Amino acid sequence: MQEPQTTGIQRRLWSFHGGIHVPDEKALSTGRPVARAPLPSLLTIPLRQHIGEPARPIVRVGDWVLKGQKIAEPEGWVSTPIHASSSGTVVVIEDRPIPHPSALVAPCIVIRTNGLDEWAKLPKPLDNYRELDPALVRERIRWAGIVGLGGAAFPTSIKLDPGPRLPVRTLIVNGAECEPYISCDDMLMRECAGDIIRGASILMHLLHARECLIGIEDNKPVAIEAMRLAVAESDIKESTRVCTIPTLYPSGGEKQLIRILTGDEVPTSVIPAQIGILCQNVATLAAIAQAVLAGKPLISRYVTMSGRGLRAPRNFEVLIGTPIADLIRAAGGLAGDVRKLVLGGPMMGFTLDSDQVPITKAANCVLALSEEEAPDPGPALACIRCGKCAEVCPANLLPQQMYWYARSKDLEKVQDYNLFDCIECGCCAQVCPSHIPLVQYYRYAKTESWAREREKRAADRARARHEAKEARLARLEQERKDKLKRKKEALSKKPTAGKAGDGSGGTATTEDPKKAAIEAARKRAAAKKAALAEQGIGPKNVQGLTPSQQRQIDAAENRRQAPAAATTKGTGED
Amino acid sequence: MAGIILSSPHTIRPNRVDWLMLQVILALIPGILALIWYFGWGVAINLVLASLFAVLVEAAALKLRRRPPLTTLRDLSALVTAMLFAIAVPPTLPWWLTLMGMVFAIGVTKQLYGGLGYNPFNPAMAGYVFLLVSYPLAMTNWLPPHMLAEHSLGFLDSARLIFTGSPPHELGWDAISMATPLDEMRTQLAQNRMIEEIRASQLWGDFGGRGWEWVGNWFLLGGLFLLWRRVISWHIPVSMLLGLLLIAGFFWSLDPQTHPFPAFHMFSGGTILGAFFIATDPVTSCTTRKGQIIFGASIGVLIFVIRTWGGYPDAVAFAVLLMNIAAPTIDYYTQPRVFGHGKGSE
Amino acid sequence: MLIAITAIAVLATLFGLLLGYSALRFHIEGDPLADQIDAVLPQTQCGQCGFPGCRPYAEAVARDEAEINRCVPGGEALVLTLADLLGKDPLPLEAGEEKPKALAVIDEKECIGCTLCIQACPVDAIVGAAKQMHTVIAGECTGCELCLAPCPVECIHMVPIAEDSRSWKWPYPAPAADTELRPSTA
Repeated sequence: MQEPQTTGIQRRLWSFHGGIHVPDEKALSTGRPVARAPLPSLLTIPLRQHIGEPARPIVRVGDWVLKGQKIAEPEGWVSTPIHASSSGTVVVIEDRPIPHPSALVAPCIVIRTNGLDEWAKLPKPLDNYRELDPALVRERIRWAGIVGLGGAAFPTSIKLDPGPRLPVRTLIVNGAECEPYISCDDMLMRECAGDIIRGASILMHLLHARECLIGIEDNKPVAIEAMRLAVAESDIKESTRVCTIPTLYPSGGEKQLIRILTGDEVPTSVIPAQIGILCQNVATLAAIAQAVLAGKPLISRYVTMSGRGLRAPRNFEVLIGTPIADLIRAAGGLAGDVRKLVLGGPMMGFTLDSDQVPITKAANCVLALSEEEAPDPGPALACIRCGKCAEVCPANLLPQQMYWYARSKDLEKVQDYNLFDCIECGCCAQVCPSHIPLVQYYRYAKTESWAREREKRAADRARARHEAKEARLARLEQERKDKLKRKKEALSKKPTAGKAGDGSGGTATTEDPKKAAIEAARKRAAAKKAALAEQGIGPKNVQGLTPSQQRQIDAAENRRQAPAAATTKGTGED
Repeated sequence: MAGIILSSPHTIRPNRVDWLMLQVILALIPGILALIWYFGWGVAINLVLASLFAVLVEAAALKLRRRPPLTTLRDLSALVTAMLFAIAVPPTLPWWLTLMGMVFAIGVTKQLYGGLGYNPFNPAMAGYVFLLVSYPLAMTNWLPPHMLAEHSLGFLDSARLIFTGSPPHELGWDAISMATPLDEMRTQLAQNRMIEEIRASQLWGDFGGRGWEWVGNWFLLGGLFLLWRRVISWHIPVSMLLGLLLIAGFFWSLDPQTHPFPAFHMFSGGTILGAFFIATDPVTSCTTRKGQIIFGASIGVLIFVIRTWGGYPDAVAFAVLLMNIAAPTIDYYTQPRVFGHGKGSE
Repeated sequence: MLIAITAIAVLATLFGLLLGYSALRFHIEGDPLADQIDAVLPQTQCGQCGFPGCRPYAEAVARDEAEINRCVPGGEALVLTLADLLGKDPLPLEAGEEKPKALAVIDEKECIGCTLCIQACPVDAIVGAAKQMHTVIAGECTGCELCLAPCPVECIHMVPIAEDSRSWKWPYPAPAADTELRPSTA
């Protein structure tokens, strides 16, 4: 029985400007079926494998964890939880090297596996998700720690909630996998097409989308067939089409795929939901199906190990946190001279300094490239303004102009030429006859621009605080001056006050409350002394004195009497 | 790795500047052979001299700028400049004028502005124009094609002419030189002759001057080779030739007796060479597609204007240099619409 | 001859009146150029430029009394921005190398609560009171180092900010072959 999708007219396709044909090298890794990577002895799980805030650990060193147990809670809205990929003991929570072009470290939870791979108690499957509140389903997706597995790693539950003002009409499933060497999505489509379509079905329901378009490049005929069969057996077959798109890099870019399948261009700086479209990678959909229908969190993914620097390149199902060194061993080890170790594809990936970094949720491919696959491009020559870069740019930018301004560090002008519309696909650098590292110039310009914006915000805040401090100091200075002025005025208003006082200084009340208080205290003491003297009790400290003490007292008395006799007028002091 | 971070792509990059330049040189060879066939060994000697001088001047300039000379010389751009220059100048040009031309073209027009990629003017054309304006007599001593020549020059004669500046034996300059077809057409028209009369002379072949039109054909072949290899794109050659043809055709239709048939313009002088090899110089032409069409068409129109009403018989060099000045502005105003901006999106 | 003189004199008077009127009518209060310069300065108020704060330096540059390369925290990026703004040529930094950004950290064991650093901080980034513990609010500290000198027990140290993978910047690509300079042999 032939289903309508397997024969008949292909849906109309559009094209985007530019793009290049690169040798796809998929055959290197699709020759063998997907294998489960051996359980590593140590799992290093970074707390931040997604866009947003790092998760907060909820386990301590020494805790015993089970497979699928949550070990870190999301911090804030844009964040996802982290789960243990296997059972074992938490060895340490500290900074470890992470897969990042900077080769920096970040906080990770390190688990020593106990080899038992015991599952934790999982939440129950939501088979009846169609009758549940969509928020509950989204909460399950968030609980499972699902992020975009195509490489961007944005928390999926947030992407699935664009809000009531942005209704989504079309769900696009990204099975294009346009970058050379990478075949993990291809193998996933061949082996788990059912899961992918079930995930798509869940999303169609969540978003109330009207149609689903699955874009797959035409160099994956087995995957296309598998997906077609899965769609034919699913409950969304009426609204779903599997579309074969011509193989062209970078058709798998979100905006480019949307353009190919629907003809719409996503406006700049805006999410596709703005035009009613949502795009998800096939691996993300499979993970969603597992989370909702089996209660399993995201703890593993397919990873392609490829390149002629490996003896046995193939795809693996890998636990999150597995060291790349283990995977290289599982792929037969390194063969011959390996020039580069790359995480990601050859067009957009970054080089790794060492193989001791772990696989994260966003890692889809590890390449060991030989000298002939990735030769040294040589020193960059001068730009001859040939314009080939602009011919191939899928975003229709002018890479040449952006290069000139980025080179002279004039970041404002680079932004005028729409720097942030660049998707860093690498087509321009690939065709440049002068071998200029164009993508690096744009990445430098972007990160430098962001850093400058951060510094500007900090500088504005510092200026505001500084001006506030100056204002406060000026205000205090002003108050002090006012107080002095008031005091001076008050003093000059009563010129004779205070001079008429006698030696005992008793009766004249002065302006100064302190002086008045001292006066009152003296009076009290004098009165008490007089009262005691009437009772015949003298001061206690003038009896029973030693001769030296008596001499000291006499000397002091003499000293006291002398100035008192000398000064004829006292002003009530002392 | 020790701190040097290199960005993607991590692939084989097939395009290279020296390979591009080599393909241009290969494409020039058929036309050069035709030139030598029709006009003698002078062309070959000039080619060798110009190439030698170009390399020497560039090496000297790079040494003065304290840059490694070999890296830059290896990109073969100096050779291309030398070859275009040698094709453009008469085969009788004294050797020291070739040297001066190369000093101006490579040293001043190219290296003084910063080297390959930084020059605003086409170096070969700038060198040619510099000599044309300063030494008009020497730069207009053209030779007739061998089937029209009374005295053909052999290899030694040509060499002696170039190196010593004097014609062989007792022959005077008039005996060996002849005006180019463009020059001839111009002077005859100025004397109010009709096109029909002018064309009756033996000088003319089917389209342009005899010999000259075949040289044009061979260069056309080379140009098509470059198009096929995608070294150049069709926009500039097609728009330039169309621009020239349309305006020439317009004026020819107005008065066929005072304006030559449009194909004459196509196959005379440096039109084909200019369309495929000179105007398409990536450094000095426009980079946007729309800009390239405007650039090419303007050159075509200017060529006609200068040839018909200007002061020089051949106008390709001047037209190209004039449009080189305008190229950045044209680029600025013909930027393509970026994906996600403007009318294509909501 | 007389007509010529009269004509020129009349024109001169007319234009002079026009200019004078414009100067009064379109007069702007304050110094917009100094404001523009101050807007791009990093506001650390550190005084390393030789002026007591960023605003005085901005005003000096606007009056052309100071060079544009004196700001240390601003670095090369600031020199280029000011060169662009003022139409001048960029100069190399007067201070030489850019220092990495650092924050002040008070060693709480040594602090005696004298408040001298609190008074010195130009952005009020130090919290504390007399005889109470002092501490630097890391988010507000600009790294100007003005608190180091007044501290009588030298308990404040500058700690360089560790790079985070989120604030890490791609490096500027290494120079192309054609810009590599060999040392002069002359």
